Amino acid sequence: MLYEVLERALKVAQQAEVYYNSSVETPAHFEANALKRLETTESQGIALRIVRDGRIGFASTTNLNDIPGLVAKAVEVSAFGAPSHLELPGKTEYPEVPIFDPEVERVSSDDMAQLGQTLIDTLRSRHPDAQCEATVSKTISTTAILNSRGCNLSYTQSFFEVSLEGTVIQGEDMLFVYDTLHSGRVIRDARELVRSLDRQLEMGRNVAPPVTGRVPVILTPRGVAGAMLWSLTSALNGRAVFQGTSPLTGRLGERIADEGFSLWDDPTTPFAQGSAMADDEGVPSRRLPLIQQGIAVNFLYDLQTAGQAGKSSTGSGTRWSLGMAPIPSSSVMIVGPGKTSCEDMVKDIKKGIIVEAMLGAGQSNILAGDFSANVLLGYRIENGEITGRVKDTVVSGNIYEMLKDLAAIGKDSHWVGGRLSTPHLYCKQLSSSAKEA
Amino acid sequence: MRDQITEALKGHSAQYIEIRVEESETTNLRYRGRDLEELGRSSGLGGNVRALAGGGWGFASFNDLSQLRERVAAAVSHARRVGGEHISLAPVEPQVAMVPAYAPRDPRLVPLAHKKGILDQYVETMLGIPGVNSCWVSYSDGSRKVYFASSEGAYIEQERVDINISLSAMARDGGDVQQSTESHGALGDFSFVEGLHGMAEGVGRKAVALLSAPKVKGGEYTVILDPVLAGVFIHEAFGHLSEADHVYSDERMRELMPLGRRFGGAHLNVVDGAAIPGLRGSYAYDDEGTPATRTSLIREGVLVGRLHSRETAASMGEGPTGNARAISYSFPPIVRMTNTLIEPGSATFQDMIAGVKKGVYACNWYGGMTSMEMFTFSAGEAYMIRNGKVEELLRPVMLSGFVFSTLANLDIVGNDLDMNQGGGCGKGGQSPLPVSNGSPHVRIQGCLVGGA
Repeated sequence: MLYEVLERALKVAQQAEVYYNSSVETPAHFEANALKRLETTESQGIALRIVRDGRIGFASTTNLNDIPGLVAKAVEVSAFGAPSHLELPGKTEYPEVPIFDPEVERVSSDDMAQLGQTLIDTLRSRHPDAQCEATVSKTISTTAILNSRGCNLSYTQSFFEVSLEGTVIQGEDMLFVYDTLHSGRVIRDARELVRSLDRQLEMGRNVAPPVTGRVPVILTPRGVAGAMLWSLTSALNGRAVFQGTSPLTGRLGERIADEGFSLWDDPTTPFAQGSAMADDEGVPSRRLPLIQQGIAVNFLYDLQTAGQAGKSSTGSGTRWSLGMAPIPSSSVMIVGPGKTSCEDMVKDIKKGIIVEAMLGAGQSNILAGDFSANVLLGYRIENGEITGRVKDTVVSGNIYEMLKDLAAIGKDSHWVGGRLSTPHLYCKQLSSSAKEA
Repeated sequence: MRDQITEALKGHSAQYIEIRVEESETTNLRYRGRDLEELGRSSGLGGNVRALAGGGWGFASFNDLSQLRERVAAAVSHARRVGGEHISLAPVEPQVAMVPAYAPRDPRLVPLAHKKGILDQYVETMLGIPGVNSCWVSYSDGSRKVYFASSEGAYIEQERVDINISLSAMARDGGDVQQSTESHGALGDFSFVEGLHGMAEGVGRKAVALLSAPKVKGGEYTVILDPVLAGVFIHEAFGHLSEADHVYSDERMRELMPLGRRFGGAHLNVVDGAAIPGLRGSYAYDDEGTPATRTSLIREGVLVGRLHSRETAASMGEGPTGNARAISYSFPPIVRMTNTLIEPGSATFQDMIAGVKKGVYACNWYGGMTSMEMFTFSAGEAYMIRNGKVEELLRPVMLSGFVFSTLANLDIVGNDLDMNQGGGCGKGGQSPLPVSNGSPHVRIQGCLVGGA
């Protein structure tokens, strides 16, 4: 069928690219400590991109019986489309990236239901007042890309996700704890999740007085994701760089972070959610250093942006949904580990905060790297010890100032979702405001 | 379609089954500077089945509609595997209705060349302002026709047309990039998109002005919110808490949210309702086929109602309010807001600002979130208030507060209600759902403002 789309498109256009995705996701949802809903979510669809008289046309459909309509829409749109700078990839070599575990297909919904219930029961045996929600989910997804220059690839990916959330309400005080595990392989042992929530509950039960002023802050991996992931990926986007809206425009080769800080995008990481043999435009995947020992070394490019900017695609063409044309974006972000343990960071601080989760971190001027967020879960450090949870506290800063002024980088990395692996970051100073009790 | 759907519902052993089939058409345009980064059209066809059997829910969604009967059987089988305690649904008279789209100026009938021509003008307006170095424009319109049938005999065809536009301008000074954004939406009325030249110019000027604006010092301030931001505030600071799915299955939450609890002063009245016509959160029937209502949530400062699905209503012994919504066929309906607003009082802006020695006047929205205990929302535009006067522009501010006490600090409600129709709401992975929210100007004492 994809050939049929390509053939039809090439009758009316000079170049064409057909993208197909189908997926079956089977989640088990737990609410109020018990299994509540089982689902099967199937989806499939085709996106067509054409170049007609030098202009790009894009259309997509989930109705596979309406191929003529799909082609007609792409043609209609191309009359007004952007001038093409696309150099579609031809037949080429791809790296072998393990992303499919056939075991995932064999896991039954009963197995998933049991896994989720065991997690909830284990956590509640230690914390009977925690109200739990959980999701255990598996996905099998198949992607194919075909274009008029001979690219013809397809791959199947498996994916498994377990998330666990606990809420403890005492009077009007609410404590929210959460963690999640992602893998391309079956997760059978998720005790790590229970340990993580147990630790958060232990540290968070006691409410400590707020910590205000310019204070040292340890960001846990989830905290790192909340404070800087959005800002950094939008600043490293080659299109923003090309257009001059990135604060990193013109700063390739410059020091933008502490020399211990390295960041790369690696879609060849085995069994990570964002991994595959190629990006969503058929360009082979590769490990791409972005910040090396504090120095900005690469930006992310898709085909169109690379053509405009006189660069090559970095294999970063990403479709966030079937109906969205590719844009440059990271796939699997990895922050290099440092040398310091989290315990040593805590011991080093006289008065400060550990930020585990933030509320509303993406609502500031992320282009400039500013962030300002309520601390959804964070702990007070006093004289090298964690003394309890801070409440009603807003932490603010600028990621570029923060990255240049790191006190230490954690030695152990953790995954946050399936697309970011990072250690703890120990920031010398962030601004903390709190409501007086 | 009706015969196909109702036929597939027959002969299954379940307490309740519903089928939803959906056809959609979307047009997207997105600019970065003068570059048209995206121009695309999408069409969708898909459906789902939701079944309640043996104390559990089963759900199946799909694009291939050819085996509807088997899909129903799969959803019923999923539900039976859950095996929970009995779940009741509040009774709703099964409705049979055809609801055409509300579309005073239907964007589907507007030629693409005209849409692009207008957006081109906004791009040029913003880029024409000295100091603006780039801009973003994103526009989308979409129609969604839903065919809904239930095992209780409901059959509803309902169509909606939603329009969304957002303008951003960027100004840069070395490594400092400042951005100003405004977002708007409309239900089925393209003419709304045609008159935004003034807004485009304002967005551009503000981005440039922000470069030289100071950051506010973090701390507690008396804050005056404009109607747009006050709408976002009531959505985040109270609206989500009134969604009964956050409350019904948790004893402690129920204790915190009894009807009759006082949340604010006698001047505070909050309502939500899809039955308020012509707004982005308006519809005739929700995604369980319950007729839309207008629900009083806070009356004279006291909690008097909440938003329900049929399940949460039955569980709490309250009436269904028609607030079960699904963003698309890929998701089951969950309890959502529609059009949420603080009803106007009698105060003028002058009354509000007159006594404020030092405060922040915060306008326009950038975003907002809630955890049920804490909420945050950020202003697109903020000014210092000194001695009863609006003074210098500030860098964007983030406001934060405690859900259960902040409404009590809302001490004055203005007389100038306006609705914010931009953006959308996210919950449970379903985002952005078209909603609107609104308010007159309001004043809040002791609001925590994040800053440098």
